[in-house]
Amino acid sequence: MSKPILQLIDISKDYYGNQVLKKVNLTVQPGEVHAIVGENGAGKSTLMNIIFGMPVIHNTGGFSGQIIFDGEPVNIDSPKVAMEKGIGMVHQEFMLLPGFTITENLKLNREITKHNLISKFLGDKMKSLDMESMRKDARKALDTLGVDIDEMLPVEGLPVGHKQFVEIAREIDKTNMKLLVFDEPTAVLTEIEADLFLKAVKKLSNEGIAILFITHRLNEVMQVADNITVIRDGEVVGRLSREEATVEDMARLMVGRKIDRVEKSKKVNNGSQENILEIRNLKVDMPGEVVKNVNLDVKKGEILGIGGLAGHGKIGIANGIMGLYPASGQVVFKGSKIKLNNPNDALSRGMAFVSEDRRGVGLLLDESIEKNIAITAIQVQGKFLTKILGINFVLNTKIREHANKTIKELDIRCTGPEQPVRRLSGGNQQKVCIARAITLEPDLLFVSEPTRGIDVGAKKIVLDLLLKLNQEMGMTIVITSSELAELRSICDRIAIIYDGKLEGILPPDADDTDFGLMMAGGYSDMAKEVS
Amino acid sequence: MSQKIKKFLDKFGYTRIIIILFLIMLFIAAFALELQTDSLISGILNRAGMNMILTLAMVPSIQSGTGLNFGLSVGILCGVLGAVLSIAMNLTGWQAFLIANGLGIVFAIIAGYIYGLLLNRVKTQEMLIGTYAGFSVVSGMCMFWILAPFKSPKMIWPYGGRGLRVTVSLEDTFDKILNNFLLREYNGIEVPWGLYAYIILLCLAVWLFSRSKTGIAMQTAGSNPRFAESCGINVDGMRIIGTILSTVLGAMGILVYAQSYGFLQLYNAPLYMAFPAVAAILIGGASVHKASIAHVIIGTFLFQALLVVALPVTNAVLPEGNLSEVVRIIISNGIIVYALTRIGGGE
Repeated sequence: MSKPILQLIDISKDYYGNQVLKKVNLTVQPGEVHAIVGENGAGKSTLMNIIFGMPVIHNTGGFSGQIIFDGEPVNIDSPKVAMEKGIGMVHQEFMLLPGFTITENLKLNREITKHNLISKFLGDKMKSLDMESMRKDARKALDTLGVDIDEMLPVEGLPVGHKQFVEIAREIDKTNMKLLVFDEPTAVLTEIEADLFLKAVKKLSNEGIAILFITHRLNEVMQVADNITVIRDGEVVGRLSREEATVEDMARLMVGRKIDRVEKSKKVNNGSQENILEIRNLKVDMPGEVVKNVNLDVKKGEILGIGGLAGHGKIGIANGIMGLYPASGQVVFKGSKIKLNNPNDALSRGMAFVSEDRRGVGLLLDESIEKNIAITAIQVQGKFLTKILGINFVLNTKIREHANKTIKELDIRCTGPEQPVRRLSGGNQQKVCIARAITLEPDLLFVSEPTRGIDVGAKKIVLDLLLKLNQEMGMTIVITSSELAELRSICDRIAIIYDGKLEGILPPDADDTDFGLMMAGGYSDMAKEVS
Repeated sequence: MSQKIKKFLDKFGYTRIIIILFLIMLFIAAFALELQTDSLISGILNRAGMNMILTLAMVPSIQSGTGLNFGLSVGILCGVLGAVLSIAMNLTGWQAFLIANGLGIVFAIIAGYIYGLLLNRVKTQEMLIGTYAGFSVVSGMCMFWILAPFKSPKMIWPYGGRGLRVTVSLEDTFDKILNNFLLREYNGIEVPWGLYAYIILLCLAVWLFSRSKTGIAMQTAGSNPRFAESCGINVDGMRIIGTILSTVLGAMGILVYAQSYGFLQLYNAPLYMAFPAVAAILIGGASVHKASIAHVIIGTFLFQALLVVALPVTNAVLPEGNLSEVVRIIISNGIIVYALTRIGGGE
């Protein structure tokens, strides 16, 4: 066995007490394609940031553990150091200058120069570019990748796939490149482009460059990776070689965790046959969470979970129905079609929404708890108002009364209804958001990412609260969450969204493998293979 | 104890404390120079009352999220136009004042609506665009003042030629109509109760509006547009309402200003009138996102008091020629600059 190019020993990292990596060990050989798979938030990106010395790591207190690169312990404290050592990174977002040509982008800050008349007098800064050799280098890098694009084209207007290749070409053009890190490189590529890309990866590894590859797409992992490390909740939960790995294994490892199912009393008839909401051909243009075509029914009285990986559009569904992002399609609520792109219509028909963007959309941070709770009901339903001389004035006494009652019912920890919500903890802020929604007494409540950014104890309280609303008040609830475990603990059915479309609906006690496959988009492929 | 003092200072805001210290310094100087303090105090009361409504006009625009209304001149011109028309109709006294207000409000509603549409197209740049929109409208109206076919001898140049005068005396129309109403004197200090009653009335109206359903919707739209949208509030509509209200108050404000000053100022005079109002409310502790009636009252008093006291003090210290005028300009613009650096909020 040859000397490993990269060795990570006991890497741990916490963000303000929140442990995101726990004693991760990883070894990469020269020329090896090593895939790292895991759910969102498993710690993959943090690991990559550590390897590449991104400032975010050092600004938050650094990490513990040791990195050994090319046989020597190294201290990578900035991306510059990483690059000098021979580590390249291809980012998810493109870092290219749109107005420059491919060649210029490839050679940015590493231009090949030649002397001219002026530079001989005024020094090296005045040297002119040796376009001819720069072109040759660019061509060579692009050929290595097997891409047939003109190296003199401007980057602006290139298809995303090609931009991705330009990024990669830039990295491999650096002569000392020993390790390349890809952060979900195929996420933006079409299938053909992805194939091309995977071929290029193989070519690179044949040339002795080691490759670290982060992805959710399990099929690709099977195609190119020599070794696979599965990370879950900041821990390495499995190391597999390609020969022994199966897509099912990886899916199970990725998702699997103990499920604490909150026991439900089955008194209430959950999941009656009546549909309260019917979604047909819903398309939502929410940046980063585009919904492409979703058909989904919500049954009266149930708790429906919507899961899936980040960026696949699960969050866009509720936002689209509630009119916060441009949407098209047909949504029928309680038998009548709602007007899309009109929050007022959705609210006044009896739907309410707790946004995933708590501090941005969900709260008026500098206003009091009572104002936050009452405001939607005031505007949409005319609650807490009294008419004097034809003008609607707000009745503070009624608001105070309601706020006090709600604070008690939901157990919001605060100094009183006048406290600004900015001063509350995340969990209590979330309760204020929920309080605002239920003040509308909705028939259907959308809750997005109810436990994002709140601590473990508060998570359970929020989930119990949702369950209580469902069981005692008969409210139909649609929960969108990135945390599958949380959905499995309280939902009656779980819909998984992949690539802006519904991949499938599973009962909460379904197999880990099925969940994993659906989230990775492999479920329909597998089904095709079987049939 | 020191903790408590610090907390109090934080809450009150260092801006105000610095301004108050400066003001006290000026007062001590005024005493030392044996200036007439009773006339100074009367002057402060008069100037503050004169400018209060113009400062109040900032409140709806801040609350609705369009920021400080640097285009206040739009409203001011509406008020001036109302006054010019009431003079042209040969009205006098209360009738003239009320008709001027009535016409001014109508113009301000129309102008404010159009101005609001403009501001909705330039979100996040309202203050810069507003400043220049105000400048352009003032210049546009300069042409109107020249070309308008007014015949009233009170307003046209006495020696012929075209157009209206630069300043029109209000002597026989509504000069000091609010100031002299219920004017009382206490130990040489004149208190214009009528003027303040009118101000309190308007402040009350603005406060009541902020308690209404529409008022709350407007404040919500201003403090977090995304939140407001998710509550089903028409954010753009609320911004237009805020702009209209601000423009209307600008029109009413200039009439209060004019009756107290005794002259109606045309042509370029409204050009920079937004700045003292902006400075006053910022000194009062408002920010681009938050403003209240208290900010208006505190700010206007502090800002005007500084100007009123600074002038005679510099006059006494620097009696040569117009040097004191230069110092006055430096001080008043200096306060405006200082206030603008506090634009992020004085809380």
